[in-house]
Amino acid sequence: MKAASFDLAYPVDLAEATALLARADSRALAGGQSLGPMLNFRLVRPSLLVPIAGLAALRGVEETAQSVTIGACVTHAAIADGLVPDIGLNVLARVAEGIAYRAVRNRGTIGGSLCHADPAADWPTTLTALGADALTSRGRRIPMQNFIRGAFQTALQPGELLVAVAVPKLGAGARWGYVKACRKPGEFAHAMAAVLIDGAVRRAVIGATGGAPQMVGDAMPGGLPGVVLARALAEAG
Amino acid sequence: MTKTTHGIGHSVPRKEDDRYLRGRGEFIADIALPGAQNLAFVRSPVAHARLRGIRLPPGAAGRIFTAADLIGVQPITAISALPGFKRSDQPVLASGKVRYVGEAIAVCVAPTRAEAEDLAEQAEPEFDELPPVVDMLEARKPGAALVHEHWGDNVFLETVVEADLDAIRAAAAIVVRRRLRTARQCMSPLEGRGVVAVWDRRLEQLVLHTSTQMPHIVRSGLAECLGLDEGRVRVVAPDVGGGFGYKGILLPEEVVAGWLAKKLGHPVRWIEDRREQLTGNADCREHFYDIAAYADADGKLLALEAEATVDAGAYSIYPFSACLEAAQIASILPGPYTMQAYRCRTWSAATNKPPILPYRGVARAGVCYAMETIMDAIAHEAGIEPHEARLRNLVPAEAMPFDNITQKHFDSGDYPECLRRAVAAIDIPTVRRRQAAQIDTKTLVGVGLSIFCEQAAHGTSVYAGWGIPMVPGFEQAVARLTPDGGLELRVGIQSHGQGLETTLAQVGHEILGIPIDRIMVVHGDTALTPYSTGTWGSRCAVMAGGAVASACTELAGRIAAIGAHLLQAAPETVRVGRDVVASATASVAIADVARTWYRRPQDLPAGVAGSGLEVTSGYKPVRDSGTFSYAAHACIVEIDTDLGGVKILDYVIVEDGGVLLNPMIVDGQVAGGTAQGIGTALLEEMPFDEQGQPLASTLAEYSLPGATEMPKLRIFHMETPSPYSTFGQKGIGEGGAIGPPAAIANAVNDALRPLGVAIHELPITPARLLAALAR
Repeated sequence: MKAASFDLAYPVDLAEATALLARADSRALAGGQSLGPMLNFRLVRPSLLVPIAGLAALRGVEETAQSVTIGACVTHAAIADGLVPDIGLNVLARVAEGIAYRAVRNRGTIGGSLCHADPAADWPTTLTALGADALTSRGRRIPMQNFIRGAFQTALQPGELLVAVAVPKLGAGARWGYVKACRKPGEFAHAMAAVLIDGAVRRAVIGATGGAPQMVGDAMPGGLPGVVLARALAEAG
Repeated sequence: MTKTTHGIGHSVPRKEDDRYLRGRGEFIADIALPGAQNLAFVRSPVAHARLRGIRLPPGAAGRIFTAADLIGVQPITAISALPGFKRSDQPVLASGKVRYVGEAIAVCVAPTRAEAEDLAEQAEPEFDELPPVVDMLEARKPGAALVHEHWGDNVFLETVVEADLDAIRAAAAIVVRRRLRTARQCMSPLEGRGVVAVWDRRLEQLVLHTSTQMPHIVRSGLAECLGLDEGRVRVVAPDVGGGFGYKGILLPEEVVAGWLAKKLGHPVRWIEDRREQLTGNADCREHFYDIAAYADADGKLLALEAEATVDAGAYSIYPFSACLEAAQIASILPGPYTMQAYRCRTWSAATNKPPILPYRGVARAGVCYAMETIMDAIAHEAGIEPHEARLRNLVPAEAMPFDNITQKHFDSGDYPECLRRAVAAIDIPTVRRRQAAQIDTKTLVGVGLSIFCEQAAHGTSVYAGWGIPMVPGFEQAVARLTPDGGLELRVGIQSHGQGLETTLAQVGHEILGIPIDRIMVVHGDTALTPYSTGTWGSRCAVMAGGAVASACTELAGRIAAIGAHLLQAAPETVRVGRDVVASATASVAIADVARTWYRRPQDLPAGVAGSGLEVTSGYKPVRDSGTFSYAAHACIVEIDTDLGGVKILDYVIVEDGGVLLNPMIVDGQVAGGTAQGIGTALLEEMPFDEQGQPLASTLAEYSLPGATEMPKLRIFHMETPSPYSTFGQKGIGEGGAIGPPAAIANAVNDALRPLGVAIHELPITPARLLAALAR
């Protein structure tokens, strides 16, 4: 399967990218690891494709005492390889390392994965558990649990780009558990759960559901989600 | 003969790997011909319908072709002479009816594949939908919709092996019965199919490059379908990225591309994509067994009876037909065991699914799974270890050669010893201790075994009975000494991962002693190689190996005659080997012999080697009923009962492939086959919904084994020569894929036994495992 015909416009900076993406029927292309196959299967047929992975404004990494901010087009591989400062417990690198396989990690980006918002992907669930914020081209700062609106749905408006993700650093003594049930390592998960215990923060999130990642309250879910959550809790100790 | 480290029996590094590992191979998609246009096929979105017509977009003339355009093109027809076989005619583009989702209806021609797909989108076939027949057991019931109406039912072929079991049934202390199902699979070589076809105006010949494992058979089939003399067709297989049987078929796409190349006068190119591979082309391996065994109280097998159905899909494929798989089941189900009586009925059922092809281990992966499940059941009833039950029933070494109950002629081997070695290598006592100490059911451990024998290099006597379009006869090889003393070996088989460019060179080296890097193996081109049925049935080491040996031996005689003259010795006193012709006192290099004959013929008296230094020789083994390699597989698995995962903790293989031409290559074959067997056991499945829609159209849904699913294999060898082949070698290319489903399923069921549940369907997916645990 080959993609239907489309135009390609490489923007030089973020402003041009957002201007191009304001056009009807345009689509941003980051690493292309989900969009590429969707184009080839002709499930999406944008008339204009705007590659953004090369934009410097989307590839930066910033560290403060409280958080690490990661540009939307930083690749999973860069995170897995430790090229992004550690928020604690090497959590981000450990998550990145478990995404798909190396060829996908080399191209796939953290922002692309969040904007695609596949419920079975790793970043929506883990970044929700970590309490990360999405930073957009319109200056909005959106908590991750509000950013992912549902399966393949985000809070981004037409022409608005995800610019970066700000992830709070973990406190001393923080504990983390992340477990996925996959048919094979690297495949999309059938069930996933992330647990963060960090001072007063006690967060458990279930992913790979039919919608956005779900915060777990007092009641343990049943079935496979319950199994992976129990294991994530055990991993977090 | 003289021994060096490059002759047979040595792990010579593969000659072809230099180009493969550097990415310098030439595969079908690498062939770029000037002016080539790309093809995309309009494929049926429905499983069963009358095709009323097809609405084409404006400007389609000369760019979209349908069955109506293919005047004179014959359908693909693969009959079997087995009594009762019903023929199917497969139109290369659907005509009248569509019979499975993915069946080609029209072909679109455009400069790029994307543009050809744009055209394909605009073609609108019009259907009157019919109820589809999706399940093979439903297909056999009266009243089922008919895939081929004029048949009156949906059975390509029914076979019957009868025996009177009444007395045995009455006397048997142990009676066990199982109903077992194996999934439909898609063979998935790294490289899919593909065709680049061009009409050579000078030779007035169709040159069709295709990713095939049987170029000469494709040539015959193409000539028949296109109405061309075979001389007007040349088939070239370039580097082929894996086959496993998937490339042992004449494709409708090949016929269409051939027709287009002649019609349009420019090259055409079709490269199968993964979706076409998964949903549009042939599948494999879908079996159902209802099998019962009768044994005495000690577990000694008295009789076996079975009914087996194979889902053969919509059409009989060329050349293997729709019935090879089911007919094979009837002839090989008894496995390596002795018994007094055997009855078996099989059905090759037609359904609205793609046709099936023989996949590595043809029928035997399913047969071994059925037979070895029954052996475990007998062992359990007899209260003995599974290996003990097998040892009481295997053909003993002293009975070899042995004609079994279906008249299969087991050539040599020690089956019980093979099993004993596997049992010694795997740690059964520790598994039993762990099972006894198990306190919860979160993690279960089990051990499983399988043992099988594998007929290979089937000869004329075996295939004549099937009566399909292809019966192997003498295998040919050409051995040509070049003017500078190198050796060219030309063979009609096709090497697509088996390392035959190396092993056949080893055979040539063994006989002539010409250095291995000066031996070139030419294959995969009907213009350059002698006729052969190609690469299938683990036949190349025995058949092509034998043919190369035979041609080289004859060539050695001619070399000896020239050498004897140059040495002034009597021809009967000289020997050829180590790259020289030697008399008792002197020697002359084969290169000098070559130079003399080709370039200084004046130095030879008339009549010396007048037939030249190029030999075509035909070869059949001493007996052509096939070699029988055999193996025992043993594994330990751990089941995660929360998630339904199966982890293989240890995997042991003891195999006997007779004399190994290249042990390293054999180990590679065993490992690769075992990976595919693990796929059959745990991962691979092409499900269809009730409308006949394939549900796995990408590799995200069709789960293949990868590096992370492979346990560390421990492979052990026995080496019992075949009495019938040139060097005692046996065919062993498929065996790895045969043993794992049985061994793994037995291990899983061994682990599940404390819970009183068992799984009798492959693959054993987490969903199936969790469903079984919930019972």
